[in-house]
Amino acid sequence: MKRSVVLGTLALAGLAGAAQAATLDDVKARDALNCGVNPGLTGFAAPNAEGVWEGFDVDVCRAVAAAVLGDATKVNYVPLSGETRFTALAAGEVDLLARNSTWTFSRDTDLNLDFAGVNYYDGQGFLVPSALGVTSATELDGATVCIQTGTTTELNLADFFRVNNISYTPVPIANDAEGRQQYLAGACDTYTTDASGLASVRTTFENPEEHVILPEIISKEPLGPAVRHGDNDWADIARWTLNALIVAEELGVTSANVAEMAAAPTENPEINRLLGTEGEMGAMIGLDNQWAVRAIEATGNYGEIFERHLGESTPIGLARGLNAQWTNGGLLYAPPFR
Amino acid sequence: MTIAAEPPRQGFRPSQLLQDSRYRGLTIQVIALALLLALIAFLVRNLVVNLAALGKDFDFGFLGNRAGYDINQALIPYTNNDSHARAALVGILNTLLVAALGCVTATVVGVLAGVLRLSKNWLVGRLMTVYVEAFRNVPLLLWIVLVYAVLSESTPAPAAFRGEDAQASRLFGLIAFTNRGTYIPWPVWGEGAGVLGIVLLLSIAAAIGWRIYARRRQEATGRPLPVLWVTLAILVLPFLVVFVLLGAPVTLDVPTVRETGIARFDGGVNVLNSLVALWIALALYTGAFIAEIVRAGILSVSKGQTEAAFALGLRPGRTMRLVILPQALRVIVPPLISQYLNLTKNTSLAVAVGYADVRATLGGVTMNQTGRELESILLLGLFYLIVSLIISGVLNVYNQRIALKER
Repeated sequence: MKRSVVLGTLALAGLAGAAQAATLDDVKARDALNCGVNPGLTGFAAPNAEGVWEGFDVDVCRAVAAAVLGDATKVNYVPLSGETRFTALAAGEVDLLARNSTWTFSRDTDLNLDFAGVNYYDGQGFLVPSALGVTSATELDGATVCIQTGTTTELNLADFFRVNNISYTPVPIANDAEGRQQYLAGACDTYTTDASGLASVRTTFENPEEHVILPEIISKEPLGPAVRHGDNDWADIARWTLNALIVAEELGVTSANVAEMAAAPTENPEINRLLGTEGEMGAMIGLDNQWAVRAIEATGNYGEIFERHLGESTPIGLARGLNAQWTNGGLLYAPPFR
Repeated sequence: MTIAAEPPRQGFRPSQLLQDSRYRGLTIQVIALALLLALIAFLVRNLVVNLAALGKDFDFGFLGNRAGYDINQALIPYTNNDSHARAALVGILNTLLVAALGCVTATVVGVLAGVLRLSKNWLVGRLMTVYVEAFRNVPLLLWIVLVYAVLSESTPAPAAFRGEDAQASRLFGLIAFTNRGTYIPWPVWGEGAGVLGIVLLLSIAAAIGWRIYARRRQEATGRPLPVLWVTLAILVLPFLVVFVLLGAPVTLDVPTVRETGIARFDGGVNVLNSLVALWIALALYTGAFIAEIVRAGILSVSKGQTEAAFALGLRPGRTMRLVILPQALRVIVPPLISQYLNLTKNTSLAVAVGYADVRATLGGVTMNQTGRELESILLLGLFYLIVSLIISGVLNVYNQRIALKER
């Protein structure tokens, strides 16, 4: 009783007295991964009709849960707004934050986060109604702009308009759902966020063809899962789970053939090391040797995840672009499993 | 008959600390204080340990850094090149603005509704009951969101004001209601405007002087002097004369829609929908509580007062204004103070409609961009504490002035 009162008091001060080290032990003891996700961004993280969370970022949570706990469903999804996400991570409310978060210098250092890598290379764009008659972001002088607060896009926006010497009025909003509503109500002329987010939001419009994403991409937004700074073992698990998904695509390991490939050593030693049929890679990150097999089984490799949630067969219809493997001219380049 | 012997004087024994009622209270207080200090020490230590574990220090230096974000309503000049401290100040002024607007409006609404709820007119009385119950029993947040939705959904976009045959037009050619906000004309101070300001100040002084003279005269002779019309004349006539003589030194900057590029209004001042929504919702919500306080205050004044006033020939309006309300104020003011405090603190719900109050700047974007949660929250708490103490301090002084003077 007294302890809970004390903890509550501390939480009020913005700091829960959560254990800092050994997130892995906490997750195992709890037998569930607490994962911070977007409260609703189709394709990245949103509950489906059955109330089950799914999306590109959600699959990162599922892969880590599968690797650590052996079951991709053992995830508590915690929907977080742009403003609260880092506080929630720092306070120990979530173990992993997979919520379209841009990797920046100050977040990595001053905010005490550790980014496990990049799972989507993005950039900030502008969504406008075709009827506005604007074909370039530099024509947006005097525009009212819907912008999510507490994001890097908010700062990019200020910089972009300052550099181009044009004016705007910000309309601060809390999340994509509110942005969609305000934009469709005409409370702002344009909605700006990561281009992938704009493509996702546009698919939820009644008439998506009446809205265009302007060609200018005004920033680099490397989005990736983040963990607390200071627990390097846990950061390693998140980083290498993501790398395992990426390298699996490069090596041709899919959710369909992973069981077969893991049954016996193959000709390719790197596949063997990844799937635990050779060496002791699992023990090096505090897991068993089958961790990557379970992650790939649960979600498929990076390419499968992308195609399932964002690819050209989905309503969002994003091309791989920068997010192709380095062998195909993209930026995905997982370090070697060695 | 025996005389009771003096109890034997003994030295102080430690057992007296618990068993002797003279010392027991003191003992308990000392123990309680020690426990409280221990709890505080534990909390502070826990904080220090956790901050160290997170690798964070405690430093307010971030306030001097460049903010880098824009704010859609700034009462003082602000650009994204300014510091976080200035962004916080912008937020503080926005909070104080909506709190001041809300308190004044809530008082007016509350007093009217409270008086009308006691009306003998069945319809008026019931209407006020419906108003009070509707606003008291539905969360404030819903009212804020509702008013905001009505404002932004029912008004046209700026583009509708464009062209020869525009779909929408400005009220009196001056005020434009849009889904971005209400654009109102704003005075531009030209040459000679200072003279006009001095004339206005002198007029106000003269009007106050006239009111004092009229009251003294009435107290001395019993004959009332016209106050309202003379005051109005003193305020308006010299101003108009000087205004014409100086050749209209003050002009109105009327908002006009831009015909090229993205539609927006230039000129005038934009009163954001988020401000209006917050203002109206706060005023009506708190007004409902104030109405009940006013009603309680009026009912606390004995009915004999009303009858006595009627017997003296006072009409109902004057009875209320001169006899009932001044006495009711003694009951009304103390709970009114806490309503003002509530309203001021409730302005932090501004986040629901994207109004840039201090919680949205210092406690929102600044906190998020710098990661200084503890410092920001402490500053926020300190700000609300200071404002609340000032409000209750000022109103307590007022309360002492109107309180019943017992001699």
